[in-house]
Amino acid sequence: MKHHSPMLLLVTVLVALFMVTPIVLSVLAGLVNNYSQGLSSGLTTRWLVQVWEGYGNTVWASLALAASCVLGTALMGVPCAYALATSKSRWARAFEELITLPVAVPGLATALALILAYGQIKGFRTSYTFIWVGHMVFTLPFMVRTVAAAFERPELRALDEAARTLGASFSQRFLGVLVPAVAPAIVAGGLMVFTLSVGEFNLTWMLHTPLMRTLPVGLADSYASMRLEVGSAYTLVFLMVVLPVLWALQTLAARVQARYGVG
Amino acid sequence: MNVPPAIKAFCLAPAAAFFAAFWLLPVARLMSLPAEKGWETYFVVLTNARYLTSLLQTLALSLAVTAATLVLGGAVGIFLARNQFMGKRVLLALLTLPLSFPGVIVGFFVILLGGRQGPIAQWSQAMGLGNWTFAYGLLGLFLAYLYFSLPRAISAYTAAAQGMDAGLEEAARCLGASRWHVVRDVWLPQLAPTTLACAAIVFATAMGAFGTAFTLSTKFEVLPISIYNEFTNYANFALAASLSIALGLMTWLVLFAARRLGSTNLVSA
Repeated sequence: MKHHSPMLLLVTVLVALFMVTPIVLSVLAGLVNNYSQGLSSGLTTRWLVQVWEGYGNTVWASLALAASCVLGTALMGVPCAYALATSKSRWARAFEELITLPVAVPGLATALALILAYGQIKGFRTSYTFIWVGHMVFTLPFMVRTVAAAFERPELRALDEAARTLGASFSQRFLGVLVPAVAPAIVAGGLMVFTLSVGEFNLTWMLHTPLMRTLPVGLADSYASMRLEVGSAYTLVFLMVVLPVLWALQTLAARVQARYGVG
Repeated sequence: MNVPPAIKAFCLAPAAAFFAAFWLLPVARLMSLPAEKGWETYFVVLTNARYLTSLLQTLALSLAVTAATLVLGGAVGIFLARNQFMGKRVLLALLTLPLSFPGVIVGFFVILLGGRQGPIAQWSQAMGLGNWTFAYGLLGLFLAYLYFSLPRAISAYTAAAQGMDAGLEEAARCLGASRWHVVRDVWLPQLAPTTLACAAIVFATAMGAFGTAFTLSTKFEVLPISIYNEFTNYANFALAASLSIALGLMTWLVLFAARRLGSTNLVSA
């Protein structure tokens, strides 16, 4: 660079330290015998084992919940995205705006609303379906917007038109031509939904009961009631669940970008 | 592409029905609830001294966090966009990794850093300066919110700064512009759309952040914690509803205004 700016360099180094130090501290704290004494107290996996025994089920609960959100948002969101992408009416824009509201409004408000409306229905309130419903309204707009953007590509319209003149019915075109053509966007939306669901806390904390805990709910519980080393080991478990998904998301985004020019 | 209305309606129906049943209907119920206790319940956030304090504190904290995030995120973004160095991709990946962290983890990070067993407390004790802890006060909350919002700003500014016109800056320098003038007249206007979008999202997220404040359990009360306390500890549903409406209205308005002025895309990664 021609113009070196020491100020920018300094800020970047300080911000990088601020962002990375806690991650390193947390990973270390989960693997040492005693956080205050640091590495000199020796490495151990006993905190990880303790987390797995006490909270292992939250990992499976969160993974299952996130996977069913991906499935649900895809089943409802892909047709919805198609309808929105092919409508230029004011109503379609208003509808799109409307379903994005759960992202604009704090999760706490959505959770309160759900509890006030459906909290009395026992079998529903005390099942994971209740949390799933909350996650679904929150993640649906991400799937819809991502896939709708893909449906709007002009070459897709030409493809659809060609299939139609060849006599293909709507369901044949939709499932045989359109959906495969937007598959990368569906996968990208799905990975987004997955990450959001696995990390969701604001809604989930209000919606959960002691018998249905997710990863972030378990994390909050361990931070409040267990030693720092256990909380850190649990954080490490969260990282191990989330990192592969993020990696896949980035690889996919890069691949889509290489193929279509713009993401 | 001409799609028959019947097919469009069929495609839209599942999502519309689900959204109506599990968001519109419950939120309508939430919005009507305070009326049962009298119309004045809707304005409790302004008329009750405790909630007003909580609101003003939340606003001040969110504004401060937004300002700090924009300045720091902008600086890092410009630096990363203009410099090529070993490990840049890894650094950018690390800096944006916390985007996927729930707020509770960020709160815990601040406890690790500035809590009673943290390195700073240990250092200050070793130096004979007493036990320095900042995790449970206003500073801890500020740092946690900052940590939470920086990754978004860094990734947005890095992308935006890559598209900045280097020629403009070159020209300004040739004409004798000082550093400050380059920042004010070249950088800021080019980054304005990103700044607007980022400011709205960071501000709205900070206003509604619950997990972070919950983990730190600070004495400095923010609105989401007030709502949570009203609902869980006092079972005061109408009040909790009124406060959530106020909070939701504020975050939505900020995002809506930003989208009208520029083009904020709330849901793109």
